[in-house]
Amino acid sequence: MTLHTPTTEPEACQVVADAAGRRTPLTLQGGGTKTDLGRPAQAEANLSSAGLTGVTLYEPAELVIGARAGTPLREVVATLAERGQELSFEPMDHRVLLGTTGEPTIGAVAAGNISGPRRILSGAARDSLIGVRFVNGRAEAIKSGGRVMKNVTGLDLVKLMAGSWGTLGFLTEVTFKVQPRPERIATLSLPGLSDARAVEALCTAAASPFEVTGAAHLPGERTLIRIEGFSTAIDYRLGQLRRVLKGFGTPDVIEGEAAADLWRGIRDGAPLAEPRDRAVWRISTAPTMGPGLVEAIAGALDARWYYDWSGGLIWLSTPATGDAGAAAIRAAVARAGGHATLIRAPMEVRAAVDVFQPLSEPLMRVSMGIKASLDPAGVFNPGRMHAGV
Amino acid sequence: MSIAFPVPDEAVLARRDEIIAGLARLVHPEALIVTEDERRAFETDALTAYRRMPLAVVLPSTTEEVSAVLRFCHEHGVKVVPRGAGTSLAGGAIPQEDAIILGVAKMNRMIAVDFMNRTARVQSGITNLAISQAVAHEGFFYAPDPSSQLACTIAGNIAMNSGGAHCLKYGVTTNNLLGVTLVLLDGTVVQIGGEHLDSEGYDLLGLVCGSEGQLGVVTEAVVRILRAAEGARPALMGFDSVEDAGACVAAIIGAGIIPVALEYMDRPAIKICEAFAHAGYPLDVEAMLIIEVEGSDEEIDDMLGRIVEIAKPFNPRAVKVAASEAEAAAIWKGRKSAFGATGRISDYICMDGTIPTGQLPHVLSRIDEIVKGYGLGVANVFHAGDGNLHPLVLFDINKPGEMEKAEAAGEDILRLCVEVGGCLTGEHGVGIEKRDLMRCQFTDEDLHQQMRVRGVFDPAWLMNPAKVFPLDGRVA
Repeated sequence: MTLHTPTTEPEACQVVADAAGRRTPLTLQGGGTKTDLGRPAQAEANLSSAGLTGVTLYEPAELVIGARAGTPLREVVATLAERGQELSFEPMDHRVLLGTTGEPTIGAVAAGNISGPRRILSGAARDSLIGVRFVNGRAEAIKSGGRVMKNVTGLDLVKLMAGSWGTLGFLTEVTFKVQPRPERIATLSLPGLSDARAVEALCTAAASPFEVTGAAHLPGERTLIRIEGFSTAIDYRLGQLRRVLKGFGTPDVIEGEAAADLWRGIRDGAPLAEPRDRAVWRISTAPTMGPGLVEAIAGALDARWYYDWSGGLIWLSTPATGDAGAAAIRAAVARAGGHATLIRAPMEVRAAVDVFQPLSEPLMRVSMGIKASLDPAGVFNPGRMHAGV
Repeated sequence: MSIAFPVPDEAVLARRDEIIAGLARLVHPEALIVTEDERRAFETDALTAYRRMPLAVVLPSTTEEVSAVLRFCHEHGVKVVPRGAGTSLAGGAIPQEDAIILGVAKMNRMIAVDFMNRTARVQSGITNLAISQAVAHEGFFYAPDPSSQLACTIAGNIAMNSGGAHCLKYGVTTNNLLGVTLVLLDGTVVQIGGEHLDSEGYDLLGLVCGSEGQLGVVTEAVVRILRAAEGARPALMGFDSVEDAGACVAAIIGAGIIPVALEYMDRPAIKICEAFAHAGYPLDVEAMLIIEVEGSDEEIDDMLGRIVEIAKPFNPRAVKVAASEAEAAAIWKGRKSAFGATGRISDYICMDGTIPTGQLPHVLSRIDEIVKGYGLGVANVFHAGDGNLHPLVLFDINKPGEMEKAEAAGEDILRLCVEVGGCLTGEHGVGIEKRDLMRCQFTDEDLHQQMRVRGVFDPAWLMNPAKVFPLDGRVA
C-alpha cells in the first residue's frame, strides 16, 4: 500500500490526477480512527490529510474557525477553548467504540458528519459546516460555501461533502461556525424509568422552553436531561424542569466533571464499548418511535442498547455473528422510519451486509449519479458507503 | 434592463396548443391557466422590473399531478419554472416564454403536527407563517422567518434556503428541515429524510435546499417546530459611528451572548422607518442596533443588563429597553417595515450580500462611496450578527438611466462583499439577479462541479434553466 501525504492542495491534486489516470482507487484518511467504519474498500494507495494541518482562520467575534483538513480535532477544540468557544455539535470520538488509536481530524468530522448529544438543539456537524475546499475526482480544487454563516450562493456542495465519508472528494480545508461555551452546565438525572416513560420524559423536556442540550436514557440506570447557559438562568431552568417533569419522579442534579464524563460516554458509545466482540449499530428514528423499535429488535436478538437525542438515536449492540442482526434491525427500522448504520463489526460482516442504510432504487440512482459527477473514475473510497458509490 | 433572458425556443412556442392539450389531460381543469389575462398574474415575482409571459400555468393539487406534469415536460422537452408564492427578490420564479409555470400554491395543507417529536408535515404550498400559526396554540413556532413570511411558501423557502431575522440563533431553512417529498423531472417521487434526524446516504436534503427549483419540485416537507421561549424583549441603542456599532456587536458575541436577533440600521434607514412606524428611534445617530434576547423575565433582565454593560465603552446613545409589549412591537414594527417604508419614498433595489462582520465599517463606507459615485442614495438595514447586508439602493424609476445605475451600483456592492471574504447572497438566492456575477465568487471549475451535480437531476436544463448559472459556458 502506497501512502500519499500531500502538504499542499496542488500536491493533493497531483496524487488524484495520477490515481484517476490509472483508475487505481485511493482510500482517503485523516487520523485513521474510523478506518474500520464502512464496507471494506479495495485500494492500492492511501491519500492522507496528515500533511495538511493548521488553523487557517479564527475570528471569535464572527463565530467562525477554519482549518486544513488534517488538523487534529483536539487542536481545533483547544484553540476554541482559549477564547471560551466550542464546536456546537459535540463530535463523537470513535476511538472508544472502535478501539483505534491516533488523532481524529477536523476534516473527518466534516466527512463523516460526526455529531453528539447536542445535535438535538444545535444541529449536526453539517449544520455548522459553512465552507469546504476539496479535490474532486477530476483533480480540480473546488470550493463551496465560505466563511460567512449566511450564504445561499449556488448549489450547496458543502452539505453533500458532509457525511459522504470520503467517497466524493478529498477535503483539504473546512470552515465551521462555532458557539460560546456555556458558563454553566447542569444535568437532571431521573432514576427508574422504563424506556417508554423515559422517552416521554425526554420529549416533554425537549418540548419545554428551557433549551435542553442533551436528552439520554441509560436503561436500568437513569434518564438524563442537560441544560447549559448563564448560571442564573440554569438555576431558574432547573426549577422549571423539575416542575415540568414532576410526573416522572424526583431528579438529582449532577454538575462538574462527573456529569461531563457521563455525557462524553454517551457521545462516544462507551456504554456499549465492552464486550469488544459485539457489533454496534447506530439507529436514527423519531424519538417516540424509539422504544417500540428497540422492543421489536430485542424480541428477535440478544440486544443491549441506550438512547440519545431524546430517544431518537439508539445505540444498540448485537452478537457479531451471522448478519449481526441486520435483517431484524432493517425490518424494524423500515416499520418505524429512520435509518441504521453498522458502526462496529468484523470485516467479514461488513463485507457481507449493508453497513449504511440501503437506499430506495431512485435514491440509489441519484447517489450513483452524484458519485459519477464528482468522481468519474471512481477512485475515492469506492464502495465504502454502498456498492457502486 | 441589464439582465439577459435566453432566446425562447421557437419550436416550443409553435407547439403551445399541443402542449396545453397534453397538460389538460393530466390535471384538473381548474389547475390549468392558459388565457393571457390570467397568465399575467404570474409574469413576474418580487423582482418586478423583469417580466415574461409563461407558456401556461399549472397549479396542481396533488403530488401525483405534479409527477404527471413533470414527466410530460421531461418527455416533450418543455421547460418548467417552479413557483411558490412568487415572492422571490432575486427573480427565482420569473417565467420565460417557452416554459410553463408549475406552482404549488394550491397544495397548502398542514398534514400532521407531532408536538412530542417536534415536527410538522406540510404540503409545500403552505405559507411560512401558517405553519407557526397552526402550532402556536401549544406554544410552538417554525423558526425561519423571512420578511415575506405572510405570503411566501415553504416550497419557496426550501428552494432558496430562506433565512430571516432570527437565524443567528435558530439557523436558516436547511437547519430546520427534516424531510421532503421530491418529484424528479422524470416524474419519480422520492422521499428524502423524514421525522428522524439526519437523512440517510448522501445529504440530498441539504443539496435540494437552496437549489432554486433546479433539481425537482418539493411537494411535501417535514420541518422542525420549536417550543417558543417564555418571552422575548428587544432593546435599541444608537451610536455616533458605524465603527462603534460594529465593535459593540463584536463585543456582545465575544462575551458569549448570542442574541436571538441583532439588527442594524444606518441613519437614512432610521429616518425612513421612524417616519413610517413612529417607533421612537433616535434620529441623531449614525447607526442603531436592535438587540433581542429571549427567556424568562429574569433571564431577559440579566441578559439585557449584561449587554448594556458590554456596550458602555462604545458610547451608546439613546439606549432603550422595551418596557412593554407595545414598546417591543413598536421597535420591531420600524425594522420590519423597512422595505415597505422605503418603497413609499423611493424606488429601490434590495441587495443581499454577506460579509465577515469584522469588515462592517470598511464595507459600509465603501458602499456609501459606490452609491454616491452613481449619484444615488442608500439606506442600510441588515442582520448584524451574521453579516447579511441589505443595502437598499435608492433611485427614481422615472429618471431615464437611474435603474441601470442602481443595478450597476448593486453589482459593485456584491463584488465588494465577495472581495472582503463574503458572498453574493445570504438569503434571497441567486435567481436571475445575481446569475451573471457567479464568476466573481466561483471559478469555472467550481461552477462546473455544481452544474455537473445539477445535471444528475436535469441533464437537458429544463428545470428553471435561466437561473443561478451564467447562460454561457454551461455543462451538464
